[in-house]
Amino acid sequence: MPDVLKRTPLFAAHQSAGAKLVDFGGWEMPLHYGSQIDEHHAVRRNAGMFDVSHMRAVEVHGAGAPAFLRYAVANNIDKLATKGRALYSCMLNHDGGVIDDLIIYFLTPTHYRLVVNAGTAEKDIAWLEALRLKGAYEVVLTPRNDVAMIAVQGPQARRIVGEMLPEAAATIAAMKPFNSVTVGELFVACTGYTGEDGFEMIVPAEQAVMFWEKLQVAGVSPCGLGARDTLRLEAGMNLYGQDMTDLTSPLESGLAWTVDLKTERDFVGRKALQAKPVAMQMVGLVLKAPGVLRAHQVIHTTKGTGEITSGTFSPTLSQSIALARIPVGIAVGDSVQAEVRGKQLECLVVKIPFVRNGQSLI
Amino acid sequence: MTIPADLKYTESHEWIRTEPDGTLTIGITDHAQDALGDLVFIELPEVGRTVSAKENCVVLESVKAASDAYAPVAGEIIAVNTPLTDSPETLNSEPYESWLFKLKPAADSTTGGLLNASDYAISIGET
Repeated sequence: MPDVLKRTPLFAAHQSAGAKLVDFGGWEMPLHYGSQIDEHHAVRRNAGMFDVSHMRAVEVHGAGAPAFLRYAVANNIDKLATKGRALYSCMLNHDGGVIDDLIIYFLTPTHYRLVVNAGTAEKDIAWLEALRLKGAYEVVLTPRNDVAMIAVQGPQARRIVGEMLPEAAATIAAMKPFNSVTVGELFVACTGYTGEDGFEMIVPAEQAVMFWEKLQVAGVSPCGLGARDTLRLEAGMNLYGQDMTDLTSPLESGLAWTVDLKTERDFVGRKALQAKPVAMQMVGLVLKAPGVLRAHQVIHTTKGTGEITSGTFSPTLSQSIALARIPVGIAVGDSVQAEVRGKQLECLVVKIPFVRNGQSLI
Repeated sequence: MTIPADLKYTESHEWIRTEPDGTLTIGITDHAQDALGDLVFIELPEVGRTVSAKENCVVLESVKAASDAYAPVAGEIIAVNTPLTDSPETLNSEPYESWLFKLKPAADSTTGGLLNASDYAISIGET
Protein backbone atom coordinates (compact mmCIF):
# COMPACT_ATOMS: atom_id res chain seq x y z
CA MET A 1 0.00 0.00 0.00
CA PRO A 2 1.44 3.39 -0.93
CA ASP A 3 2.26 5.78 1.91
CA VAL A 4 0.66 8.73 0.21
CA LEU A 5 -2.83 8.22 -1.15
CA LYS A 6 -3.77 9.83 -4.43
CA ARG A 7 -6.54 12.41 -4.45
CA THR A 8 -9.01 13.37 -7.17
CA PRO A 9 -9.80 16.97 -8.19
CA LEU A 10 -12.94 16.66 -6.02
CA PHE A 11 -11.09 15.72 -2.83
CA ALA A 12 -11.55 19.11 -1.12
CA ALA A 13 -15.27 19.04 -1.94
CA HIS A 14 -15.61 15.61 -0.29
CA GLN A 15 -13.68 16.74 2.74
CA SER A 16 -15.76 19.86 3.27
CA ALA A 17 -18.95 17.80 2.83
CA GLY A 18 -17.85 15.71 5.82
CA ALA A 19 -17.16 12.54 3.86
CA LYS A 20 -15.71 9.55 5.65
CA LEU A 21 -12.60 8.90 3.54
CA VAL A 22 -11.01 5.51 2.92
CA ASP A 23 -8.17 4.00 0.91
CA PHE A 24 -9.54 2.49 -2.27
CA GLY A 25 -7.00 1.16 -4.75
CA GLY A 26 -4.43 3.69 -3.51
CA TRP A 27 -6.88 6.60 -3.68
CA GLU A 28 -8.36 8.53 -0.77
CA MET A 29 -12.06 8.30 -1.62
CA PRO A 30 -15.39 8.98 0.12
CA LEU A 31 -16.99 5.89 1.68
CA HIS A 32 -20.12 7.87 2.57
CA TYR A 33 -21.17 11.39 3.52
CA GLY A 34 -23.25 10.39 6.54
CA SER A 35 -25.48 7.44 5.71
CA GLN A 36 -24.61 4.88 3.08
CA ILE A 37 -28.20 3.61 3.06
CA ASP A 38 -29.68 7.07 2.45
CA GLU A 39 -27.24 7.51 -0.46
CA HIS A 40 -28.30 4.15 -1.88
CA HIS A 41 -31.97 5.13 -1.78
CA ALA A 42 -31.19 8.53 -3.34
CA VAL A 43 -29.89 6.73 -6.44
CA ARG A 44 -32.82 4.29 -6.63
CA ARG A 45 -35.47 7.00 -6.07
CA ASN A 46 -34.05 10.30 -7.31
CA ALA A 47 -30.44 10.94 -8.38
CA GLY A 48 -27.01 10.47 -6.86
CA MET A 49 -23.49 11.26 -8.02
CA PHE A 50 -20.19 9.50 -7.52
CA ASP A 51 -16.69 10.80 -7.95
CA VAL A 52 -15.17 8.07 -10.13
CA SER A 53 -12.08 10.07 -11.11
CA HIS A 54 -9.92 7.31 -9.65
CA MET A 55 -10.82 5.18 -12.66
CA ARG A 56 -8.42 5.71 -15.54
CA ALA A 57 -9.29 6.77 -19.07
CA VAL A 58 -6.78 5.55 -21.66
CA GLU A 59 -6.89 6.80 -25.26
CA VAL A 60 -6.03 4.32 -27.99
CA HIS A 61 -5.07 6.25 -31.11
CA GLY A 62 -3.85 4.95 -34.46
CA ALA A 63 -4.64 3.04 -37.63
CA GLY A 64 -3.93 -0.21 -35.79
CA ALA A 65 -6.44 0.48 -33.00
CA PRO A 66 -9.21 -1.90 -34.18
CA ALA A 67 -6.79 -4.80 -34.81
CA PHE A 68 -5.08 -4.17 -31.48
CA LEU A 69 -8.32 -4.19 -29.48
CA ARG A 70 -9.69 -7.23 -31.37
CA TYR A 71 -6.70 -9.12 -30.00
CA ALA A 72 -6.40 -7.48 -26.57
CA VAL A 73 -9.94 -7.90 -25.20
CA ALA A 74 -12.39 -10.82 -24.93
CA ASN A 75 -15.50 -9.07 -26.21
CA ASN A 76 -15.63 -8.14 -29.88
CA ILE A 77 -15.19 -4.45 -30.71
CA ASP A 78 -16.71 -5.12 -34.14
CA LYS A 79 -20.04 -4.99 -32.26
CA LEU A 80 -19.45 -1.22 -32.05
CA ALA A 81 -21.31 -0.29 -35.22
CA THR A 82 -21.70 3.45 -34.76
CA LYS A 83 -19.56 6.22 -33.31
CA GLY A 84 -20.10 6.76 -29.60
CA ARG A 85 -21.11 3.16 -28.91
CA ALA A 86 -19.68 1.49 -25.80
CA LEU A 87 -18.77 -2.11 -25.03
CA TYR A 88 -18.17 -3.84 -21.71
CA SER A 89 -15.37 -6.40 -21.85
CA CYS A 90 -12.81 -8.35 -19.89
CA MET A 91 -9.14 -8.18 -20.70
CA LEU A 92 -7.68 -11.65 -20.17
CA ASN A 93 -4.22 -13.04 -19.58
CA HIS A 94 -2.89 -15.99 -21.57
CA ASP A 95 -4.29 -18.41 -18.98
CA GLY A 96 -7.78 -16.99 -19.46
CA GLY A 97 -7.79 -15.16 -16.10
CA VAL A 98 -9.23 -11.66 -15.88
CA ILE A 99 -6.63 -8.85 -15.82
CA ASP A 100 -9.39 -6.26 -15.59
CA ASP A 101 -12.87 -5.39 -16.78
CA LEU A 102 -13.29 -2.21 -18.75
CA ILE A 103 -15.52 -0.17 -21.01
CA ILE A 104 -14.40 0.60 -24.54
CA TYR A 105 -15.87 3.62 -26.33
CA PHE A 106 -15.71 3.77 -30.13
CA LEU A 107 -15.02 7.38 -31.06
CA THR A 108 -13.53 7.04 -34.58
CA PRO A 109 -11.97 4.09 -36.47
CA THR A 110 -8.57 5.37 -35.29
CA HIS A 111 -9.58 6.42 -31.78
CA TYR A 112 -11.05 4.30 -28.99
CA ARG A 113 -11.26 5.28 -25.33
CA LEU A 114 -10.86 2.73 -22.57
CA VAL A 115 -11.95 3.26 -18.97
CA VAL A 116 -10.27 0.85 -16.56
CA ASN A 117 -10.36 0.28 -12.80
CA ALA A 118 -8.33 2.40 -10.39
CA GLY A 119 -6.39 -0.32 -8.62
CA THR A 120 -5.44 -2.09 -11.84
CA ALA A 121 -4.69 0.90 -14.07
CA GLU A 122 -0.90 0.66 -13.96
CA LYS A 123 -0.96 -3.12 -14.46
CA ASP A 124 -3.38 -2.71 -17.41
CA ILE A 125 -1.31 -0.04 -19.12
CA ALA A 126 1.88 -2.07 -18.77
CA TRP A 127 0.11 -5.16 -20.15
CA LEU A 128 -1.36 -3.26 -23.11
CA GLU A 129 2.01 -1.66 -23.89
CA ALA A 130 3.64 -5.10 -23.89
CA LEU A 131 0.96 -6.47 -26.25
CA ARG A 132 1.40 -3.46 -28.52
CA LEU A 133 5.16 -3.91 -28.71
CA LYS A 134 5.01 -7.66 -29.22
CA GLY A 135 2.48 -7.41 -32.05
CA ALA A 136 4.02 -4.23 -33.52
CA TYR A 137 0.57 -2.62 -33.58
CA GLU A 138 0.34 0.86 -34.97
CA VAL A 139 -1.24 2.43 -31.88
CA VAL A 140 -0.38 5.00 -29.25
CA LEU A 141 -1.73 4.55 -25.72
CA THR A 142 -2.30 7.74 -23.75
CA PRO A 143 -3.42 7.46 -20.12
CA ARG A 144 -5.33 10.59 -19.13
CA ASN A 145 -4.25 12.41 -15.98
CA ASP A 146 -5.98 15.66 -16.82
CA VAL A 147 -9.61 14.68 -16.40
CA ALA A 148 -12.15 13.95 -13.69
CA MET A 149 -15.07 11.53 -13.95
CA ILE A 150 -18.48 11.96 -12.37
CA ALA A 151 -21.23 9.33 -12.53
CA VAL A 152 -24.77 10.72 -12.20
CA GLN A 153 -27.22 7.89 -11.62
CA GLY A 154 -30.91 7.50 -10.85
CA PRO A 155 -34.37 8.07 -12.33
CA GLN A 156 -33.85 11.87 -12.33
CA ALA A 157 -30.30 11.75 -13.74
CA ARG A 158 -31.29 12.13 -17.39
CA ARG A 159 -33.46 15.18 -16.77
CA ILE A 160 -30.82 16.88 -14.61
CA VAL A 161 -27.84 16.18 -16.89
CA GLY A 162 -29.90 17.35 -19.87
CA GLU A 163 -30.78 20.62 -18.14
CA MET A 164 -27.15 21.18 -17.24
CA LEU A 165 -25.97 20.78 -20.84
CA PRO A 166 -28.59 22.64 -22.92
CA GLU A 167 -26.42 22.40 -26.07
CA ALA A 168 -26.69 18.59 -25.92
CA ALA A 169 -30.12 18.30 -24.29
CA ALA A 170 -31.83 16.57 -27.23
CA THR A 171 -29.01 14.03 -27.64
CA ILE A 172 -28.99 13.27 -23.93
CA ALA A 173 -32.78 12.93 -23.79
CA ALA A 174 -32.67 10.35 -26.59
CA MET A 175 -29.46 8.53 -25.70
CA LYS A 176 -29.74 4.77 -25.32
CA PRO A 177 -27.62 2.76 -22.86
CA PHE A 178 -24.04 2.14 -23.98
CA ASN A 179 -23.89 5.21 -26.18
CA SER A 180 -21.92 8.41 -25.67
CA VAL A 181 -21.50 11.91 -27.02
CA THR A 182 -18.66 14.40 -26.97
CA VAL A 183 -19.81 17.96 -26.15
CA GLY A 184 -16.85 20.33 -26.48
CA GLU A 185 -14.43 19.30 -23.73
CA LEU A 186 -17.01 17.03 -22.10
CA PHE A 187 -17.66 13.38 -22.74
CA VAL A 188 -21.07 12.06 -21.67
CA ALA A 189 -21.81 8.33 -21.75
CA CYS A 190 -25.00 6.50 -20.90
CA THR A 191 -23.26 3.95 -18.69
CA GLY A 192 -23.04 3.27 -14.98
CA TYR A 193 -22.64 0.79 -12.17
CA THR A 194 -25.95 1.00 -10.33
CA GLY A 195 -28.68 -0.63 -12.42
CA GLU A 196 -30.37 2.75 -12.86
CA ASP A 197 -30.58 5.10 -15.79
CA GLY A 198 -27.73 7.57 -15.75
CA PHE A 199 -24.55 8.96 -17.21
CA GLU A 200 -20.82 8.91 -16.67
CA MET A 201 -19.18 12.20 -17.55
CA ILE A 202 -15.53 12.87 -18.24
CA VAL A 203 -14.72 16.52 -17.60
CA PRO A 204 -11.51 18.57 -17.58
CA ALA A 205 -10.00 18.32 -14.08
CA GLU A 206 -10.29 22.06 -13.48
CA GLN A 207 -14.04 22.01 -14.19
CA ALA A 208 -14.83 19.07 -11.88
CA VAL A 209 -15.76 21.13 -8.81
CA MET A 210 -17.98 23.42 -10.88
CA PHE A 211 -19.93 20.46 -12.28
CA TRP A 212 -20.13 18.75 -8.90
CA GLU A 213 -21.59 21.90 -7.30
CA LYS A 214 -24.04 22.47 -10.16
CA LEU A 215 -25.29 18.91 -9.86
CA GLN A 216 -25.69 19.28 -6.12
CA VAL A 217 -27.71 22.48 -6.57
CA ALA A 218 -29.88 20.57 -9.08
CA GLY A 219 -30.74 18.07 -6.33
CA VAL A 220 -28.24 15.29 -6.96
CA SER A 221 -26.99 13.66 -3.71
CA PRO A 222 -23.25 13.01 -3.34
CA CYS A 223 -22.77 9.26 -2.82
CA GLY A 224 -19.74 7.31 -1.67
CA LEU A 225 -18.18 3.98 -2.46
CA GLY A 226 -20.33 2.24 0.16
CA ALA A 227 -23.56 2.96 -1.72
CA ARG A 228 -21.78 2.28 -5.00
CA ASP A 229 -21.05 -1.24 -3.78
CA THR A 230 -24.58 -2.06 -2.57
CA LEU A 231 -26.07 -0.59 -5.76
CA ARG A 232 -23.82 -2.56 -8.09
CA LEU A 233 -24.40 -5.76 -6.15
CA GLU A 234 -28.19 -5.35 -6.33
CA ALA A 235 -27.69 -4.73 -10.06
CA GLY A 236 -25.75 -8.01 -10.28
CA MET A 237 -22.56 -6.35 -11.51
CA ASN A 238 -19.16 -7.83 -10.72
CA LEU A 239 -16.44 -6.00 -8.82
CA TYR A 240 -12.94 -6.62 -10.12
CA GLY A 241 -10.60 -8.14 -7.52
CA GLN A 242 -13.53 -9.63 -5.65
CA ASP A 243 -15.90 -11.40 -8.06
CA MET A 244 -13.20 -12.05 -10.65
CA THR A 245 -9.41 -11.88 -10.61
CA ASP A 246 -6.31 -12.85 -12.59
CA LEU A 247 -6.98 -16.42 -11.45
CA THR A 248 -10.65 -16.78 -12.38
CA SER A 249 -12.20 -17.46 -15.75
CA PRO A 250 -14.85 -15.04 -17.01
CA LEU A 251 -16.86 -18.16 -17.92
CA GLU A 252 -16.99 -19.02 -14.21
CA SER A 253 -17.67 -15.41 -13.18
CA GLY A 254 -21.05 -14.79 -14.82
CA LEU A 255 -19.33 -13.02 -17.72
CA ALA A 256 -19.75 -15.54 -20.56
CA TRP A 257 -22.02 -13.02 -22.30
CA THR A 258 -19.03 -10.68 -22.64
CA VAL A 259 -16.70 -13.28 -24.18
CA ASP A 260 -17.12 -13.55 -27.91
CA LEU A 261 -16.44 -17.14 -28.97
CA LYS A 262 -18.84 -17.03 -31.93
CA THR A 263 -16.39 -15.51 -34.38
CA GLU A 264 -13.01 -17.04 -35.32
CA ARG A 265 -11.18 -14.01 -33.97
CA ASP A 266 -8.08 -14.85 -31.94
CA PHE A 267 -7.78 -12.95 -28.68
CA VAL A 268 -5.61 -13.22 -25.62
CA GLY A 269 -6.87 -16.02 -23.37
CA ARG A 270 -9.15 -17.66 -25.95
CA LYS A 271 -7.19 -20.92 -26.26
CA ALA A 272 -6.96 -21.31 -22.50
CA LEU A 273 -10.68 -20.68 -22.05
CA GLN A 274 -11.62 -23.23 -24.68
CA ALA A 275 -9.24 -25.85 -23.30
CA LYS A 276 -10.67 -25.80 -19.80
CA PRO A 277 -14.05 -27.29 -18.84
CA VAL A 278 -16.37 -24.94 -17.01
CA ALA A 279 -16.92 -26.41 -13.53
CA MET A 280 -18.26 -23.43 -11.64
CA GLN A 281 -20.95 -20.82 -12.18
CA MET A 282 -21.80 -17.44 -10.71
CA VAL A 283 -25.24 -17.22 -9.13
CA GLY A 284 -27.25 -14.81 -7.03
CA LEU A 285 -28.18 -15.79 -3.48
CA VAL A 286 -30.88 -14.45 -1.22
CA LEU A 287 -30.56 -15.22 2.50
CA LYS A 288 -33.86 -16.45 3.88
CA ALA A 289 -32.90 -16.03 7.56
CA PRO A 290 -31.86 -12.80 9.30
CA GLY A 291 -28.15 -12.00 9.04
CA VAL A 292 -25.73 -10.74 6.40
CA LEU A 293 -23.85 -12.74 3.77
CA ARG A 294 -20.21 -11.68 3.30
CA ALA A 295 -17.44 -12.37 0.81
CA HIS A 296 -15.50 -15.63 1.37
CA GLN A 297 -18.23 -17.42 3.30
CA VAL A 298 -18.45 -21.06 2.22
CA ILE A 299 -21.53 -22.30 0.36
CA HIS A 300 -22.59 -25.94 0.62
CA THR A 301 -24.58 -27.43 -2.26
CA THR A 302 -25.60 -30.93 -3.33
CA LYS A 303 -22.86 -30.72 -6.01
CA GLY A 304 -20.04 -29.60 -3.74
CA THR A 305 -18.87 -26.41 -2.10
CA GLY A 306 -18.55 -22.90 -3.41
CA GLU A 307 -17.81 -19.44 -2.07
CA ILE A 308 -19.49 -16.06 -1.77
CA THR A 309 -17.53 -13.49 -3.77
CA SER A 310 -19.57 -10.42 -2.74
CA GLY A 311 -22.23 -10.23 -0.06
CA THR A 312 -24.10 -7.42 1.60
CA PHE A 313 -27.37 -6.23 3.03
CA SER A 314 -29.58 -5.00 0.20
CA PRO A 315 -31.20 -1.69 1.19
CA THR A 316 -33.80 -2.02 -1.58
CA LEU A 317 -34.84 -5.57 -0.68
CA SER A 318 -34.23 -5.25 3.10
CA GLN A 319 -32.51 -8.63 3.18
CA SER A 320 -29.07 -10.00 2.52
CA ILE A 321 -27.96 -10.87 -1.02
CA ALA A 322 -24.75 -12.22 -2.51
CA LEU A 323 -22.91 -13.27 -5.62
CA ALA A 324 -21.42 -16.73 -5.21
CA ARG A 325 -19.26 -19.04 -7.30
CA ILE A 326 -20.71 -22.53 -6.92
CA PRO A 327 -20.53 -25.82 -8.86
CA VAL A 328 -22.49 -26.09 -12.12
CA GLY A 329 -25.64 -28.18 -11.89
CA ILE A 330 -27.27 -26.06 -9.19
CA ALA A 331 -30.18 -24.15 -10.68
CA VAL A 332 -32.26 -21.07 -9.95
CA GLY A 333 -34.83 -21.99 -7.32
CA ASP A 334 -32.54 -24.47 -5.55
CA SER A 335 -31.61 -24.07 -1.89
CA VAL A 336 -27.99 -23.93 -0.71
CA GLN A 337 -26.45 -23.44 2.72
CA ALA A 338 -24.18 -20.54 3.64
CA GLU A 339 -21.76 -20.91 6.50
CA VAL A 340 -22.28 -17.71 8.50
CA ARG A 341 -20.43 -17.33 11.79
CA GLY A 342 -20.51 -21.04 12.53
CA LYS A 343 -24.14 -21.54 11.49
CA GLN A 344 -25.56 -23.00 8.30
CA LEU A 345 -28.14 -20.59 6.87
CA GLU A 346 -30.46 -21.41 3.99
CA CYS A 347 -30.15 -19.33 0.82
CA LEU A 348 -32.24 -19.37 -2.33
CA VAL A 349 -30.45 -19.38 -5.70
CA VAL A 350 -31.91 -16.56 -7.82
CA LYS A 351 -31.37 -15.01 -11.21
CA ILE A 352 -29.06 -12.00 -11.41
CA PRO A 353 -29.77 -9.03 -11.26
CA PHE A 354 -31.66 -8.59 -8.00
CA VAL A 355 -32.85 -5.04 -8.74
CA ARG A 356 -33.22 -3.03 -11.93
CA ASN A 357 -34.57 0.52 -12.31
CA GLY A 358 -35.73 0.65 -8.72
CA GLN A 359 -37.74 -2.59 -8.96
CA SER A 360 -37.07 -5.89 -7.22
CA LEU A 361 -36.65 -8.75 -9.69
CA ILE A 362 -36.62 -11.56 -7.16
CA MET B 1 -18.18 12.09 19.10
CA THR B 2 -20.27 12.10 22.25
CA ILE B 3 -18.79 10.43 25.34
CA PRO B 4 -21.15 10.93 28.32
CA ALA B 5 -19.21 11.57 31.53
CA ASP B 6 -21.49 9.46 33.74
CA LEU B 7 -20.80 6.16 31.92
CA LYS B 8 -17.92 3.67 32.02
CA TYR B 9 -16.27 2.30 28.89
CA THR B 10 -14.22 -0.59 27.51
CA GLU B 11 -11.42 -0.52 24.99
CA SER B 12 -13.68 -2.59 22.75
CA HIS B 13 -16.09 0.38 22.62
CA GLU B 14 -18.91 -0.70 24.92
CA TRP B 15 -20.47 1.81 27.32
CA ILE B 16 -21.62 0.61 30.77
CA ARG B 17 -24.12 2.20 33.09
CA THR B 18 -24.27 0.96 36.68
CA GLU B 19 -27.90 0.91 37.83
CA PRO B 20 -28.95 1.64 41.46
CA ASP B 21 -29.54 -2.09 42.04
CA GLY B 22 -25.95 -2.90 40.98
CA THR B 23 -26.84 -4.39 37.58
CA LEU B 24 -25.11 -3.11 34.45
CA THR B 25 -26.66 -1.80 31.23
CA ILE B 26 -24.43 -2.17 28.17
CA GLY B 27 -24.40 -0.61 24.70
CA ILE B 28 -21.85 0.49 22.11
CA THR B 29 -20.38 3.97 21.90
CA ASP B 30 -20.97 6.76 19.42
CA HIS B 31 -17.45 6.15 18.14
CA ALA B 32 -18.26 2.46 17.56
CA GLN B 33 -21.50 3.10 15.67
CA ASP B 34 -19.74 5.70 13.53
CA ALA B 35 -16.94 3.28 12.67
CA LEU B 36 -19.38 0.50 11.81
CA GLY B 37 -21.65 2.61 9.60
CA ASP B 38 -25.35 1.91 9.03
CA LEU B 39 -26.38 -1.04 11.20
CA VAL B 40 -28.70 -3.56 9.54
CA PHE B 41 -28.74 -6.62 11.80
CA ILE B 42 -28.36 -7.21 15.53
CA GLU B 43 -28.37 -10.62 17.22
CA LEU B 44 -28.81 -10.43 20.99
CA PRO B 45 -27.88 -13.13 23.51
CA GLU B 46 -30.41 -15.28 25.33
CA VAL B 47 -31.63 -14.07 28.70
CA GLY B 48 -30.24 -16.29 31.43
CA ARG B 49 -26.94 -16.95 29.65
CA THR B 50 -23.85 -16.81 31.85
CA VAL B 51 -20.95 -14.97 30.26
CA SER B 52 -17.36 -14.40 31.20
CA ALA B 53 -15.55 -11.08 30.91
CA LYS B 54 -14.74 -10.13 27.29
CA GLU B 55 -16.94 -12.93 25.94
CA ASN B 56 -18.66 -11.94 22.72
CA CYS B 57 -22.40 -11.98 23.18
CA VAL B 58 -23.88 -9.65 20.54
CA VAL B 59 -23.50 -9.81 16.75
CA LEU B 60 -23.62 -6.41 15.07
CA GLU B 61 -23.76 -6.29 11.28
CA SER B 62 -23.53 -3.03 9.38
CA VAL B 63 -23.72 -2.61 5.61
CA LYS B 64 -19.94 -2.61 5.75
CA ALA B 65 -18.87 -5.32 8.19
CA ALA B 66 -19.72 -7.73 10.97
CA SER B 67 -18.63 -7.00 14.51
CA ASP B 68 -19.24 -8.21 18.06
CA ALA B 69 -20.06 -6.60 21.36
CA TYR B 70 -18.55 -8.11 24.48
CA ALA B 71 -19.53 -8.58 28.10
CA PRO B 72 -17.52 -6.00 30.10
CA VAL B 73 -17.41 -8.26 33.18
CA ALA B 74 -18.52 -11.79 34.02
CA GLY B 75 -22.16 -12.28 34.95
CA GLU B 76 -25.62 -13.31 33.86
CA ILE B 77 -27.65 -11.74 31.05
CA ILE B 78 -30.86 -10.59 32.70
CA ALA B 79 -32.50 -8.58 29.88
CA VAL B 80 -32.01 -7.78 26.19
CA ASN B 81 -33.33 -4.86 24.14
CA THR B 82 -35.43 -6.93 21.73
CA PRO B 83 -37.14 -3.98 19.93
CA LEU B 84 -33.69 -2.93 18.71
CA THR B 85 -33.50 -5.99 16.42
CA ASP B 86 -36.42 -4.56 14.41
CA SER B 87 -34.82 -1.12 14.08
CA PRO B 88 -31.02 -1.51 14.15
CA GLU B 89 -30.65 1.99 12.67
CA THR B 90 -31.67 3.56 16.01
CA LEU B 91 -28.32 2.38 17.32
CA ASN B 92 -26.71 4.77 14.81
CA SER B 93 -28.90 7.73 15.72
CA GLU B 94 -29.10 7.15 19.51
CA PRO B 95 -26.17 5.01 20.61
CA TYR B 96 -26.55 5.82 24.31
CA GLU B 97 -30.31 5.18 24.43
CA SER B 98 -29.99 1.97 22.39
CA TRP B 99 -28.80 -0.42 25.08
CA LEU B 100 -28.08 -4.00 24.03
CA PHE B 101 -28.30 -6.06 27.20
CA LYS B 102 -28.37 -5.90 30.99
CA LEU B 103 -25.98 -7.91 33.07
CA LYS B 104 -26.03 -9.04 36.71
CA PRO B 105 -22.34 -9.10 37.58
CA ALA B 106 -20.96 -12.29 39.09
CA ALA B 107 -20.16 -12.05 42.80
CA ASP B 108 -16.40 -11.98 42.20
CA SER B 109 -16.43 -9.63 39.20
CA THR B 110 -15.36 -6.00 39.39
CA THR B 111 -15.91 -2.92 37.27
CA GLY B 112 -12.60 -1.52 38.46
CA GLY B 113 -10.90 -2.25 35.14
CA LEU B 114 -13.35 -0.17 33.09
CA LEU B 115 -12.37 3.17 31.61
CA ASN B 116 -13.87 6.48 32.62
CA ALA B 117 -15.00 8.95 29.94
CA SER B 118 -11.72 10.85 29.70
CA ASP B 119 -9.61 7.69 29.49
CA TYR B 120 -11.91 6.32 26.80
CA ALA B 121 -11.58 9.60 24.88
CA ILE B 122 -7.81 9.20 25.01
CA SER B 123 -8.04 5.57 23.87
CA ILE B 124 -9.88 6.62 20.69
CA GLY B 125 -7.63 9.60 20.09
CA GLU B 126 -10.21 12.25 21.03
CA THR B 127 -8.77 14.64 23.55
